[in-house]
Amino acid sequence: MDISFAPEDLAFRDEVRAFFDKAYDTELQARLADKATFKEAVIDWQKRLYAQGWIAPNWPEEHGGTNWTSTQKFIFETERAQRGIRDVVPFGLTMVAPVIYSFGTEEQKQKFLPRILSSDDWWCQGYSEPGAGSDLASLKTKAVRDGDDYVVNGAKIWTTYAQYADWIFCLVRTSSEGKKQQGITFLLIDMKSPGIKVNPIHSIDDHHSLNEVEFNDVRVPVANRIGEENKGWTYAKALLAHERTSIAGVADSKRGFDEVCRRASEEVNGGKRLIDDPLFRKRLSDIEVELMALEFTELRVLATVASGGAPGAESSLLKIKGTEMQQAIQGLNMELAAYYQGVLPNELSAEQLGHEFGSAARQSYMYGRAATIYGGSNEVQKNIIAKAVLGL
Amino acid sequence: MNFDFTEEQSMLRDSVARYVQDSYDFDTRRAIASSDEGMSREQWQTFAELGWLSVPFEEEHGGFGGSSVDTMLMMEEFGKGLVLEPYFATVVLFGGLLQRSGNSALQTEFIPRVIEGSCLGAFAYLERQSRFELADVCTRAESSGDGYSISGEKVVVYNGASADHLIVSARTSGEQFDPQGISLFLIPADAEGVSVSSYAMMDGQRVANITFDKVAVAATHLLGAEGEAMALIEPVVGTANLALASEALGIMGQLNAKTLEYVKTRKQFGVTIGSFQALQHRMVDTFMAYEQTKSLLYRAVCELEEGADSADATVHALMVMVDRAGKLIFGEAIQLHGGMGLTDELDIGHYAKRLMMINTTFGNGDYHQAAFDALRYG
Repeated sequence: MDISFAPEDLAFRDEVRAFFDKAYDTELQARLADKATFKEAVIDWQKRLYAQGWIAPNWPEEHGGTNWTSTQKFIFETERAQRGIRDVVPFGLTMVAPVIYSFGTEEQKQKFLPRILSSDDWWCQGYSEPGAGSDLASLKTKAVRDGDDYVVNGAKIWTTYAQYADWIFCLVRTSSEGKKQQGITFLLIDMKSPGIKVNPIHSIDDHHSLNEVEFNDVRVPVANRIGEENKGWTYAKALLAHERTSIAGVADSKRGFDEVCRRASEEVNGGKRLIDDPLFRKRLSDIEVELMALEFTELRVLATVASGGAPGAESSLLKIKGTEMQQAIQGLNMELAAYYQGVLPNELSAEQLGHEFGSAARQSYMYGRAATIYGGSNEVQKNIIAKAVLGL
Repeated sequence: MNFDFTEEQSMLRDSVARYVQDSYDFDTRRAIASSDEGMSREQWQTFAELGWLSVPFEEEHGGFGGSSVDTMLMMEEFGKGLVLEPYFATVVLFGGLLQRSGNSALQTEFIPRVIEGSCLGAFAYLERQSRFELADVCTRAESSGDGYSISGEKVVVYNGASADHLIVSARTSGEQFDPQGISLFLIPADAEGVSVSSYAMMDGQRVANITFDKVAVAATHLLGAEGEAMALIEPVVGTANLALASEALGIMGQLNAKTLEYVKTRKQFGVTIGSFQALQHRMVDTFMAYEQTKSLLYRAVCELEEGADSADATVHALMVMVDRAGKLIFGEAIQLHGGMGLTDELDIGHYAKRLMMINTTFGNGDYHQAAFDALRYG
């Protein structure tokens, strides 16, 4: 057992730091913070990572991965999160790409992977439906074969960033025979196809990131099917482990927690800093102790993956604990903001308002409720662990 | 960065695991617990022959030169078998203090005896009023001729009933709570003026209250510099906490495994109770608590071996988690075993009681959390 960094790891860390310090400049940060320029700023940032060759650390090297060791991945993640740099939009790079390079045809790999790497295509995920949430396999969006096309009818929901997306990867029903998992097919659908309609869903964080996507007689070439018809569930399941691991967001929580500590040493009550309040200190350490453990749980999972294992049911543990940590930290920020948590986005400067983070804290807190629901609710994750790990 | 064990470490763990499985079953353990000494000197000799008592000591004293990782692996296996023999009191505490004391004469005299199994040691540090504050010491050591004269009382001395030698903390200067002014002395348990009252604890241990009435100690039996004992005690308590946490992890793993087996076989309403989702989610919670404890233990061991500045805070964090996770896990183990969980016949309650004792040895969860808060938040 050894957690020290070798000299080559320290050199790598310097290289990563130098890149972030230069590439993640203040001008880009301003554009990311502005709703009007958000999409092009995200693409701009991802293209900078792409130009550096660091856009897809988890991909196999032959498809554009970095061939980093688990230590290097850990260093990269830590340095990214410490600077408050957002993770890449996961739908293309983290979620659909592993399905394409694992189960796709040579043509599909050549068509889709380069444009995912370069962020020329923006992807979204078509899994959940109005009638299929935790019970994903009961999905009803239907695809009927017609010549060289499938004709798709139905609706997907909670589709994050569908309003920006060029492509959507979907689970659709191609058969109602046998077990409900058996009649599902994995399709890649061009968002510009006639018959697709995106309806915005405004969420309790006063933002618009979620959508409903309707499909009305949408024609999808059979060439855009991943693997075999009716085998889509198998491919999707392989993908879900990647999704869960990326949802955990441990490095970002670490950074969020440090920020809470800084704020707790600035916010006062009766002239006394909150970080000196015994009750608040207990709330801090209740979370920090779990977070310190979770950092190493993640490292243990990384080490398993590095030695050839795939992220399996332990990714469910990371998802449950990781999202619990995120929500706990969001809760502390709300406590720190006190009544300023109620402030809606407005034109006043922090100076005029008298406070800096109340509105942002609430947005994170409100949208943060989603984390224990998406990617398979935490209750579903517990079912998975009970079955796959405990054999219950 | 890796979490692999070396071949030597794996062999050591396997050797303890095999022994515990083959020669330390629950009935054997029960018989040892109800014997007069609450431990088996025969087992202890076997531990010595297998080389286990030499593990943390330096090679110049005949030791194996092992690291915290070796101690962790052994203690985890001892935990699984609820081993009663005083490895913690004799090797980790008594031996650990000797090893760090810098007193080479005492090291040369006693470490080989500990290793060969002929010296049973104890560390007498608790007093009636002291609870978890190691610096709360009223026992006094006055200068007397060439040496010292010790008077006072120590309570709940682990292995105090069987130990032939004691390391005692006593005040050579300062007031009751001063961290400065405390010294450590090595004293034969049968020295004149020492009287031992032993009693049994819920986890099968025999401990003792020990009074010291003008006990004469030679200056050569002082460990470390006079008045500076806290600098010696604190790092040893740090490694001792790791050892306790490792033992606790072994126990938690057993409790989870036994409970899992039980819910898979126990039938009610015509089905195994493990088929109920309400119980499945609780089993997942205890599984996660175990994994999180293991992660924090690995973190603490790695940081301590590395000499990281954060190591002290991490050990406190670990002990907070051992307390919380331990209570969750033994509570659920008893609950899910139903009425059987309350029987003395089953091992579940015995694992629970050892966990409870571990969580009072060098501070409970609240104590460690306050210590962690002070280090982390000022």
